[in-house]
Amino acid sequence: MKKTEILVIGGGPAGLCAANAASSLGAKVLLCERDGVPGGQLVKQTHKFFGSEKQYAGDRGIQIGQMLLEQTQSDPNIEIYTDTTVLGIYEDGIATAEHDGAHLKIDAERIIVATGAAEKFLPFEGNDLPGVYGAGAVQTLMNVSGVRPAQRVLMVGAGNIGLIVSYQLMQAGVEVAAVIEGAPNIGGYLVHASKIRRLGVPILTQHTVLGAYGDGRVQRARIAQVDSSWQPVPGTEQDIECDAVCLAVGLTPLTELCWQAGCEMAYIRELSGHVPIVNEFLETTCSGIYAAGDVSGIEEASSAMVEGRLAGYSAAASLGHAPEKAAALQRAAQEELLELRSGPAGARILAGIAKVAEKGGRR
Amino acid sequence: MLSKNGIPTAEDLKKVMPSEERLARGAVSITECFQNIPCNPCVTSCPQKAITMPDGINDLPRVDHELCNGCGICVSRCPGLAIFIVDKSAGGDTAVVRLPFEFLPLPQAGQYVRGLDRSGAEHGWFKVVRVTSGGAKNKTYTISLEVPKELCMEIRNIGIGGYRDEQ
Ligand SMILES: Cc1cc2nc3c(=O)[nH]c(=O)nc-3n(C[C@H](O)[C@H](O)[C@H](O)COP(=O)(O)OP(=O)(O)OC[C@H]3O[C@@H](n4cnc5c(N)ncnc54)[C@H](O)[C@@H]3O)c2cc1C
Ligand code: SF4
Ligand code: SF4
Repeated sequence: MKKTEILVIGGGPAGLCAANAASSLGAKVLLCERDGVPGGQLVKQTHKFFGSEKQYAGDRGIQIGQMLLEQTQSDPNIEIYTDTTVLGIYEDGIATAEHDGAHLKIDAERIIVATGAAEKFLPFEGNDLPGVYGAGAVQTLMNVSGVRPAQRVLMVGAGNIGLIVSYQLMQAGVEVAAVIEGAPNIGGYLVHASKIRRLGVPILTQHTVLGAYGDGRVQRARIAQVDSSWQPVPGTEQDIECDAVCLAVGLTPLTELCWQAGCEMAYIRELSGHVPIVNEFLETTCSGIYAAGDVSGIEEASSAMVEGRLAGYSAAASLGHAPEKAAALQRAAQEELLELRSGPAGARILAGIAKVAEKGGRR
Repeated sequence: MLSKNGIPTAEDLKKVMPSEERLARGAVSITECFQNIPCNPCVTSCPQKAITMPDGINDLPRVDHELCNGCGICVSRCPGLAIFIVDKSAGGDTAVVRLPFEFLPLPQAGQYVRGLDRSGAEHGWFKVVRVTSGGAKNKTYTISLEVPKELCMEIRNIGIGGYRDEQ
């Protein structure tokens, strides 16, 4: 049995910031990350991030991840277990994990779930052909393993991920045939869209992919316009020559551990799926279990970092660590979140959070 | 339309254009950023404090073209790669456009590159007058191009690779 004050599950921006914040108040932390290297999505993000100075805006995601990790690694209060997947959280507060090929039991007084998100997939003919990728896989191949995933790609989805991964593909020397999007408007930030448009990549809104075809691998894809109810318009089909179709059709919170722990959950469209109901300190309905980052609603690394800090301060304070100092830091984090969410992009998140509040959360 | 194809319209651009009088006086920044997003490195990076967001981080950047001296620091700092510098002060027909660039190969000063507009369409070969590194950490280069004055509000990118030593 491994004992710790606070167990942080997941080493993305939310988890790293949670660990750093809890430790800054004097708590002992164990951080478990299922990958070999902590950093979460940041490991793959070679572009410069948005946000303000407080969230390291203007720096590249990978640099932000490295900086947070260095802080965590040099902190004597924090222990990091990599290649360690947390498997379950039980009623007596014990968590189990796979660590070093063995089963590990962890006895933690508080748990912060920061497991991030999973990619959505899309049903269409031929989506099981080699060459149909999720955007996350394409990024891992290119930016982590240094492997060029294809010669010419059709990108499906013009949210931030689709736009950014298209740009990164071009940086890797891959041609992007087009970016298609079912909705009538580009969903991602328009500056990202303009960036690839001025490289000559067409962005086609109200278009969907009908199928991927080829002899044992993707050789072409068929796309078509869709009407306002997302139905393909007959006669608008066109074939695009490509050797890969990359799906960037959204993320959904990775909440298995929250379900299994018995946290009350709610389906909130604005937060992109089922999320644990949390209060204003990000504590779930299971006392002592907190949720921070994409797991409590798909958003951004900037807000994931601040949520991580908020959960870290809250968990540490609830154990009696520097409660007065914590109160001020919690308030500051809550205000930082409000500021980040104050624009149109944040309005959707705030609407989702309001729904969580209606369901019994108080954030 | 910008929200459908990623190309800012003439109307969008009108809102951020410096006056002709200011352009004629020398380099000045143009923030082609038209959406309220939570982002402000342009504001915090400008040594002249020429860029502001009175309504907070989700506001659109507003440039005081009198305070801006065209130094270009914001160009490499902006994560949206949405800021450009235009200098129409030289006599004659040429203006200088400075734009952000994050691709390899990197052109060299003196080489000729293909100039692209906001839709990626080519407008000919133009001479690179300067290549500036954004720094070891920032990694965004800025490329200064000599273009005919009438194209200085069109050219916003360069074609990647195939650079020539002669026009
Ligand atoms: C292409 C792309 C571009 C993006 N661009 C930006 C941007 O410009 N600006 C911005 O602010 N945000 C951006 N984001 C979003 C940002 O990356 C995420 O919002 C952020 O990483 C969420 O942080 P997180 O810590 O909640 O989750 P993640 O970063 O997903 O980290 C979760 C971690 O938990 C680990 N984990 C999961 N389950 C377990 C388990 N059971 N046991 C142990 N470990 C587990 C995972 O391995 C992972 O490391 C981008 C995302 C993508 C995909
Ligand atoms: S060019 Fe220089 S002075 Fe002008 S806005 Fe940018 S950073 Fe400020
Ligand atoms: S830094 Fe660039 S993308 Fe961000 S607000 Fe300023 S101009 Fe827009």
